[in-house]
Amino acid sequence: MAAYLVQRIGLSILICLASMCLLFAALHAIPGDPATIMLGSRATPEMRDRLNHELDLDKPIIVQFTSLIGNVVQGNFGTDIFSQRSVGVEIMENLPDTLILVGTGLGWAALLAIPLGCYSALERGTWIDRLTGILSVGTISIPSFVVAIYALLLFSVQLGWFPVIGAGDDGNISDQLWHLVLPSFAVGLGWVGYLARIVRASMLEVMSENYVRTARAFGLPEMKIVLHYALRIAILPTVTLLGLAIGGLLSSAVFAENIFARPGIGKLIVDAANLRNYPVVQGAVLSTVALFAFAMPVSDLIVAWLDPRVRAAF
Amino acid sequence: MFAQPSDSVVTVVVEPASPGFIVDLFRRLRQEPLGVLGLTLVLLVVFCALMARWIMPYNPDKIKVVERFDMPSAIHIFGTDSLGRDVLSRVIAGSQIALGVGVFSIAVALIFGIILGLLAGYGPRWLDNFLLLLFDSVYSFPTVMLGLTVVTLFGPSLETLISVVITIQTPGYARLIRTATLSAKTSEYILAIRSLGGSPWRILLIHILPNIIGPVLIIASMDIPSVITLEAGLTYLGMGIPPPAPSWGRILQDGFDNIRDAPWIVIAGGIPLIFTTLGFTFLGESLRDLLDPKLRRIV
Repeated sequence: MAAYLVQRIGLSILICLASMCLLFAALHAIPGDPATIMLGSRATPEMRDRLNHELDLDKPIIVQFTSLIGNVVQGNFGTDIFSQRSVGVEIMENLPDTLILVGTGLGWAALLAIPLGCYSALERGTWIDRLTGILSVGTISIPSFVVAIYALLLFSVQLGWFPVIGAGDDGNISDQLWHLVLPSFAVGLGWVGYLARIVRASMLEVMSENYVRTARAFGLPEMKIVLHYALRIAILPTVTLLGLAIGGLLSSAVFAENIFARPGIGKLIVDAANLRNYPVVQGAVLSTVALFAFAMPVSDLIVAWLDPRVRAAF
Repeated sequence: MFAQPSDSVVTVVVEPASPGFIVDLFRRLRQEPLGVLGLTLVLLVVFCALMARWIMPYNPDKIKVVERFDMPSAIHIFGTDSLGRDVLSRVIAGSQIALGVGVFSIAVALIFGIILGLLAGYGPRWLDNFLLLLFDSVYSFPTVMLGLTVVTLFGPSLETLISVVITIQTPGYARLIRTATLSAKTSEYILAIRSLGGSPWRILLIHILPNIIGPVLIIASMDIPSVITLEAGLTYLGMGIPPPAPSWGRILQDGFDNIRDAPWIVIAGGIPLIFTTLGFTFLGESLRDLLDPKLRRIV
C-alpha cells in the first residue's frame, strides 16, 4: 500500500509538471508577442520590455522553463501584471472561499444522495426508486450555471429570500452562511443524482454478497446489516469518485462565484482572463490542477482507512 | 454533467446497422417513455437548427432600440432584449450554434482520439506511457479552467472555443480506444492476421477499429450535452463566441445583466439549454441501455 501510494503521489507530481509544460507551450504558441497581447496595443516599448523581463520572456526557452518550475516549486507564482501583487498571495486569499463553496455544495449533495441511493437500492422498483432514477439523469444534465441563474432570479430577485451578491460580512458567520445557500445549492444539485446512482449501484452489489447473507443468518436486525456492514463497503466507490469530482466541482464553482459575485479562485480567474492577465490565470489554473491531482491519492487513502479489508493490508 | 467517460469499456461486437436493425431499435425505444421524451426534445432542437431561416419570426440580429425590453406578448413571444432584438428568434438561431459547435467538435475530437488511442494501444510501450501522461495532464485541468487559459492567450473566438472543446474531449476518447485496443491486440484473430503478414495499419483500421468503435460512438454522442453546456458557459462568461452571435450563453449573459428589469430574457435563454441537455441525455441513456446492457454498469 505504501509503495502504491508513493507511486500515486509520483504520478500526481508528474501530472503537475506536465501541466506546467502544457501551460508553458500554450504561452509560446500564441502568434505574436505575448507582452503586446497582455498589455494591449497602446503599451509603450518600455512597458513591454519590462513585462517580458518579468515573465522571463527575454531569456532562452530552456532557462525560462527551468526558472518557471523552480519558482513554482518555491511557491512563487509570479506577479500580477496590473496590481503588481504576488500571484501566490492572491491565490491564497481566494482559495479558502472556493473550498468552502465546493465543500458545502458537495456536502449537502452527499448527505442527500447517500440515503436516497441506499433507499432506492433497498426498495427497488418502488416509485421513489423510479423517481430517483429519473431525477438523477435530469439533474446531472442540467447546466449548473442555469441552475444558479434561475435560483438567483427566483429566490433572490423575485422573492427576496436570499442575498443577491457577495459572500457576507467578515466575521458574521450566520450572514456568510446565508450567502452560501444558493451558490452551494447550484454547485451541488448536479451531484445529488450522480452520487445517488453510484450509491444505489454499489449497494445493490453489496447486498447480494455472502457476508450480508451470513449476517442475516445470524439474525442481525436489517437496519444494523445495512448501516453497519453493507453501507460501509458500498460507500467506497463514491469516495473514490469524490476525488475525481473536484475538477467538475471547481468548474461549477467558477460559474457560481461569478453569478453570485463571490470571492474565490473562479472569480479570480475570470476577472484575470478578461484583462488577459496571464500570470494570474496561470497560477490559479495550476493550483486547481494540483488540487485535482492530489485529491486522487487522498481519496485512495480515505478508502484504505474506511475499508477494513484494505486496512488489514497495511 | 461533468461526468468523465470511464476507462473500462468492454469490447463488444457491434451489430451491423442494417435497416431492420434501426427499425427494431426504434420500436424498442418507443417502449421507454424517457427515451421518447428525449427523442422528441432532440428532434425539436434539430428541427429548429435546420429550419431556423424559415421559422424565425424576426431577424435575430436586427436591432430596434425603441422596442427594447418589450414584455413577452403576441408580437414578441419571448419579449425583446436590451437592444430590442426578438429573443425567440435569437433562441432559434442559437440552436444552430449549439448543435454546430457540439457535433463538429465532437466529431473532430473523435478522429484525434481514435488516432492517438490506436497509437497508444498498439504502439511501443514508451509511446503509450508518454501519451497516457499527456492525456492525464489535459484531463487534470478542470474543463472551464482549461478554456479560460486558452482564451486568455488567444482571445475569444469561435475557432478558439472549438479547439478548446476538441482538446478537452480528445483524451477521453483516446483512453477508451487505447484500452479496447490493448485487449483486442492480444486476441487470436489479430494474431492470425499478423501471421498472415497484415501490416499494422491494416490490422488497426480494418480489423481492430470496427470491433471497438461501437461503445466509443455511444459515449461520444452522450457527450454532446456537456459540450453544448461548455460552449454556452464560456460564452456566458464572455470567453466564448464573441457578439453578436446569438449563442444561448450570450442570451443568458444579456439577460443576467438585466435580470431585474427583464427577467424573461434569462428564462428564455436557459430553457433551450435545459431542454437540449435533458433531451440528449434521456435519449442517450435509453439508446445505451437498448444497444448494450453491458455498458449500463458504467455510470
